[in-house]
Amino acid sequence: MLNLEYMWGLLPVLLSYLPLTLQMATIAMLFALVFACLLAVVRVTRVPLLNGLALLFISFFRGTPLLVQLFLFYYGLPQLVEALVSINGVTAAVLGLTLHFSAYMAESIRAAIVGIDRSQTEAALSIGMTQPQLMRRIILPQATRVATPTLMNYFIDMIKATSLAFTLGVTELMGATQKEASSSFLYLEAFLLVAIIYWVVVELLSWGQRRLETYLNRAYQR
Amino acid sequence: MITLEAVTKRFGKQNVFADIDLTLARGEIIVIIGPSGTGKSTLLRCINFLERPDSGRITVGGVQVDAQRASRADILKLRRRTAFVFQNYGLFANKTALENISEGMIVVDKIPRQQAHARAREILERIGLADKHDAYPAALSGGQQQRIGIGRAMAANADVILFDEPTSSLDPQWVGEVLSLMKQLASEQQTMIIVTHEMQFARDVADRVVFMDEGQIIEQAPPQELFTAPKDPRTQRFLRKILAPTGQPLP
Repeated sequence: MLNLEYMWGLLPVLLSYLPLTLQMATIAMLFALVFACLLAVVRVTRVPLLNGLALLFISFFRGTPLLVQLFLFYYGLPQLVEALVSINGVTAAVLGLTLHFSAYMAESIRAAIVGIDRSQTEAALSIGMTQPQLMRRIILPQATRVATPTLMNYFIDMIKATSLAFTLGVTELMGATQKEASSSFLYLEAFLLVAIIYWVVVELLSWGQRRLETYLNRAYQR
Repeated sequence: MITLEAVTKRFGKQNVFADIDLTLARGEIIVIIGPSGTGKSTLLRCINFLERPDSGRITVGGVQVDAQRASRADILKLRRRTAFVFQNYGLFANKTALENISEGMIVVDKIPRQQAHARAREILERIGLADKHDAYPAALSGGQQQRIGIGRAMAANADVILFDEPTSSLDPQWVGEVLSLMKQLASEQQTMIIVTHEMQFARDVADRVVFMDEGQIIEQAPPQELFTAPKDPRTQRFLRKILAPTGQPLP
């Protein structure tokens, strides 16, 4: 029933688009991490004005679908801002993924920061550390550990969400599959194969996640 | 060398304490006793602005800070002159024993890492935990954690170390080792202010015992005097209540 030969032949073709998918996810993840940390610190320290803006930002990007946000950046914004007319699909996708996921990640980082017991904060202040030193050297390293499992899950989500970039005309893994399938008409084979590719990538990452967590927990073993 | 002048702290409209005056000489050891909820810990935490006093003046080793005008820089200066030992240790969970002690030297005092680690090793030696230098707090007993907490305070080279009920969260089996480390510090003329319920320790170590009740200093005297002949009826009542179960002589 399944045309296995076709699938076998399609595998290297699709795999050649995997690097673009992973690149988009990785770059968006790195930007999102930095941005989410800033948002979280603003929320925790309640910087006046910025805190309000952070709340608004988080509310919007959590409150609307990713697909809508992508279309807004790619098709909508160029009508408003001349300079964005030349924005390409990859850039728009990375931008959208970054902003969307940073809103979610900011909340889990904030929760991780708030969860660190207050006595360490007081101890750091008592020896004369400044707030930024306290954040950088004591709080964020520990919050990272607490937030890592959740953040890894977001990364996994992000890899899958890159498939939406094909709606912006980007030929990444999903876009390539779509093209191949519509010329061969072997939809089941093509989409089954791409599903397996995503699945294997995610499983490999989950394995990496477990290793990373063991490493991060080394300071907490009794 | 340490002076508190008219220090006042309110939570909301409620006075925790008002117009507290206290003076310590270099090398002096003061133990503050009194019923729970009378502001002993809050007073201690006001000395290094972990709690910001509402008014009053605090002077530690030449740094004078007026509570109503204290800038961030003033507070940092004051904190570098003081060190604090917490009831719940407050060790940095992501740092080893050695790093807990060297952290302040590296980050705050800007001492080169190698030098700071060498000094931290000396301190670990003095607190009897040299073999635990690369252990993380989670792997240490309560007593060991608190000794590291004291080691961190020693590393700050402060004019005064403030102890906030340092043995109150310890299992009884670890209390002795922490108290004996504090006695060792006392014998080295370290200036200390200690809030504790360990009366025997207060008798042995304090130069002066301060009795606080309801946000006021009721009386202060050398321990032999305060424990045997307290003047104020509130002090007498408190001491009888707290000493009776311990078998120590009652006033």
